[in-house]
Amino acid sequence: MSMRRLVRLMRVTGRVAEPAPRRPEGLDGPNVALGGSVGVRHVDAGSCNGCEIEVAATFGPVYDAERYGARLVASARHADVVLVTGVVTRNMLEPLRRTVEATPNPRVVLAVGDCARNCGVFAGGIGVVGAGHDAVDVDLAVPGCPPEPDAIVEALRRVTLR
Amino acid sequence: MTQVEAGLGAQLVLALATVVVALLARPAVRARLAGVGAAALGVAGAVTGVLALTGGQGRLVIPLVLPVDPVVLSPTPLGGFFMVVAGTVGAVAAVYAIGYVHGPSASTTSWAALATFLLGMQLVPAAGDAVSFLLAWELMAAASTVLVLTEHRERLEVRSAALWYAVMTHLSFLLILLGFGVLSVEGHGTSFAAMAHVDPDSAGASIAFVLLVLGFATKAGIVPMHVWLPRAHPAAPSHVSAVMSAAMVKMGVYGVLLVVLQMLPAGRPWWGLVLLALGTVSALYGILQASVATDLKRLLAYSTTENVGLMFLAIGAGALLRAYGVVGPAEVAAGTALLLVASHAAFKTTLFLGAGSVLHATGVRDLDLLGGLGKRMPTTAAAFGVGALGAAALPITCGFVAEWALLQSLIHGARPEDRLVAVVMPLAVAVVALTAGLALMTFVKAYGIAFLARPRGPEAGVAHEGPASMRVALVVSAVAVVGLGLLPGVMATAVVRAVGLGGIDVFGVDGLGLPGVGAALDPVALTGLTLLVAVPVLVVTWRMAHRRPPRPVDLAWGGGGVRVSPRMQYTATSYAEPLSRVFDDALRPERDLEITHAGESRYLVERVQFRQQLEDVIEVRAYDPGVRLVDRIGLSARRLQNGSIHRYLGYSFVALIAVLIVVSL
Amino acid sequence: MNAGAAALAVVQVVVMVVVSPLLVGLMRQTRARLEGRVGAGVLQPWRDLRKLAVKETLRAAGTGWVSAAGPLVLVASGLLVCALIPLVGAVPFVSVPDDLFVVVSVLLVGTVALALVGLDAGTAFGGMGSSRHMTIAALVEPTVLVAVYALSIPVGSSALSQIVRARIDDPASVASPVSLLALVALAIAVVAETGRLPVDNPSTHLELTMIHEAMVIESSGRDLGWLELGSWLRLGALLGLLGSLLVPWGVAQDASVAAVLIGVVTLVLKLAVLGCVLAAAEVFVAKLRLFRVPELLAGSFVLAFLAVTASYLVVQAG
Repeated sequence: MSMRRLVRLMRVTGRVAEPAPRRPEGLDGPNVALGGSVGVRHVDAGSCNGCEIEVAATFGPVYDAERYGARLVASARHADVVLVTGVVTRNMLEPLRRTVEATPNPRVVLAVGDCARNCGVFAGGIGVVGAGHDAVDVDLAVPGCPPEPDAIVEALRRVTLR
Repeated sequence: MTQVEAGLGAQLVLALATVVVALLARPAVRARLAGVGAAALGVAGAVTGVLALTGGQGRLVIPLVLPVDPVVLSPTPLGGFFMVVAGTVGAVAAVYAIGYVHGPSASTTSWAALATFLLGMQLVPAAGDAVSFLLAWELMAAASTVLVLTEHRERLEVRSAALWYAVMTHLSFLLILLGFGVLSVEGHGTSFAAMAHVDPDSAGASIAFVLLVLGFATKAGIVPMHVWLPRAHPAAPSHVSAVMSAAMVKMGVYGVLLVVLQMLPAGRPWWGLVLLALGTVSALYGILQASVATDLKRLLAYSTTENVGLMFLAIGAGALLRAYGVVGPAEVAAGTALLLVASHAAFKTTLFLGAGSVLHATGVRDLDLLGGLGKRMPTTAAAFGVGALGAAALPITCGFVAEWALLQSLIHGARPEDRLVAVVMPLAVAVVALTAGLALMTFVKAYGIAFLARPRGPEAGVAHEGPASMRVALVVSAVAVVGLGLLPGVMATAVVRAVGLGGIDVFGVDGLGLPGVGAALDPVALTGLTLLVAVPVLVVTWRMAHRRPPRPVDLAWGGGGVRVSPRMQYTATSYAEPLSRVFDDALRPERDLEITHAGESRYLVERVQFRQQLEDVIEVRAYDPGVRLVDRIGLSARRLQNGSIHRYLGYSFVALIAVLIVVSL
Repeated sequence: MNAGAAALAVVQVVVMVVVSPLLVGLMRQTRARLEGRVGAGVLQPWRDLRKLAVKETLRAAGTGWVSAAGPLVLVASGLLVCALIPLVGAVPFVSVPDDLFVVVSVLLVGTVALALVGLDAGTAFGGMGSSRHMTIAALVEPTVLVAVYALSIPVGSSALSQIVRARIDDPASVASPVSLLALVALAIAVVAETGRLPVDNPSTHLELTMIHEAMVIESSGRDLGWLELGSWLRLGALLGLLGSLLVPWGVAQDASVAAVLIGVVTLVLKLAVLGCVLAAAEVFVAKLRLFRVPELLAGSFVLAFLAVTASYLVVQAG
């Protein structure tokens, strides 16, 4: 797309982000003195990619989770929240555990989607070890198959307190 | 007998004593006694040099039994500067050698050759006429060839390295002999004073200049005559490599300075251009090869080529500017060359001795197999780190001061009125800047891969620090690198005395000014400001560390993968890979990919083998064809030697007739 | 003279420490608004630093002192550069040179510290980032030195404060072709050195595209905090230098309170404008392939060299 068309697109589109809903209450449990800045490391433990699309939408322009202080980060060492999607498969069991161990404290493990909560439609399947809580300690879960981006945003806001 | 003469005499006596000790002492005490002797020889050389620098006069004449002129030793202040460099490097290396030598390098031959080598190297700058110069030069060359050959029984490549070295060093001897010959014919005498009367505009002076510069450039390791350096320095034992790299190649620089500053001072502009061209090409080629080298000593050898290139660049710039009448910057450029000499001697000694320590501890020189040595060899790591900082010209080291002075003289030396100078100086600045950037990368690679993170091979995992003499020598040279950088006044005073020029002002012992170009540097003040700025940072971090100490964990973050090993770390080859791609045309790596298929299928692969080799391009493209040509000529000339006595008698007859004809003409 | 210079240096350091994270926040906000998002707010980088100060710092087995000291060296070198470069005022110390090569060397100390942190991590990512970072730094150095050299020729000195003062006194030199060529070359060099698009994407998750991120991938807690602050300080200092060279008016020429206040206000304004322009430009470009970056840097070097030759023609004619 040429620069002129891009500029016109920006001017015409304006703001895409929807207005922010009411702020939910904070999470109890681990210390969340994170002061409005949260790094999110996403681990796909074996999902069908439905939740990934919703997570991408959460951080996209319409829902814009970044305005609440949550940002996708490239390394577990930079993260405060480990966002797990999908059922835990045999090959991803150890990498998921290592990712959570590599995250410095205080940390929160957020399970997104029915598969991460209770294996969802893949319960008993070949190569499935269990749900998120069978591998690591899960602090917060978002139900849905897939969950709405609004629900994911609400869960994140419970951590960022913004 | 003046003090200088006493010093020279002391050097001769100490050298002889060390040789005798090496011959007579029992193996158990040989290293210690001979080492102390050689160190004393170095100290004597340095002291004599200081005396000559501060204006001491002396003239020692040694008659020889051969039918040549007696050896005349009368060092000038410039010679004194180089004697100080050679003497201190020799002394530090000798102390290091006490603890380092083992096997063949602990033999009588080796120690005797070391003493002879140090003596020859210290007498070259003291020589007062061409014959003495050449005799000392040859002494130095012969002794160093013996030293390079030390480990020829253990490693086969040492023999070919020594051969290359012997050929190139005698090539330089021949060129210098011819050059001095032309000058002594023109000047009617073999003393340097007589040669100073030669008219620089005559054809003879130009021919002599070219011959002498080529000869000294070969010794100094300038491209394209550098091919012996990357072979000889890894082949020699580490203390010898240190002396060769830090002091012996400087004798080539001394020779060029002798020609440019003392014998033919009012030279033509194209002389400066020749030196500049040689210098820029060497600097760029040298650092490029160093940045892709994986053998630690080969990397350091190519870095020597780069630094000598910078010295030639400085001398050339000074000569060019003087020819155009820009006096201030010209003086600064000449002084800069000497600053580069001193600083390179300091950090290259540190680096080579550190590499020797690594070799002594692990038995490998290949960076791809090292790693994690910082924890196992802290003294070596610290000293090598300081040397690497100096080589990369970062504050606060002597390398930084020298590079700063070089850039200042080039930036302010340009004059728009002279178009040639106006084009050449910015190019020189760009070359120096690119060289500095590449040197930075090279030494980050050398230090980071060898000393940080985890060992990449089993040898590096069992490394340990060497004996005390090695550590003492390392610490002394590292302290010199930082000390000369923090207090450059010491170096600068010596430089000013050596060249007798007014280009450099010295403020006490720590400040340095260049009034000819309007710049000043005070490293102590800069360090003070740095500490002031760093104190709040340190206080804050100390308090945070106190409240929340760091938690040790087993695994590094590698994406969560399950199969992790130290072999996954970046190696020196991979570190330099982007650069080798960028400079593909200049380096011309040989790449070979061999794929073994499974059975007859083109799609199933059983084995993939990748091979990459980086040879010295100039050796492959210029020297190998030359050597093959000489071989072919030699083979065809063998037809003259068919064994028939009749033909040989015929040759003698024809030769006799020819001589009679020539004599009668 | 020295007391005034010292006071000015303190002011510069404090202002830059406060303002650099805000600059990064402003750049992220500009980008967000252009993309139709709301963004996290200009203060978000400060919130990031506050969080990192209370997070646990993890040190893996196999790392050494460099992982702890490297971030501190990076920050210290950034602070020193802020003290030396003429940002708020062009009043140099008597004996501490602010000349070109000294400033570039101090910046390079920070670069080297960061590269060593990457190597010390002992992972493939760290080495990769370190290697790419040093290759780019090596290729940027000629451009930076030759560009400032071009700017120093009309002035006769390579001290940055002298150059800025001469440009204040002679407004015509700011708009001359020499100056514009040199500043364009310097701008490209700054983009490469600070790791912004199109040379490096600061918000990428794909390890194989990382340069700066790969070097800090192993750092956590306060190590990461210092590394981020150090990088932001370098970005702020270099943008501030560009601002002082491009629009020198407002830079204080003495250490009086009024001049310093004006200097601070104009510095903040210049940083804001330059930051927004850079962020807006980043929206329109994609990251260059790694092996195309040397071509970009060679192009910027050619511009700088043209600036030098042009300055000789100007001096000859004038």
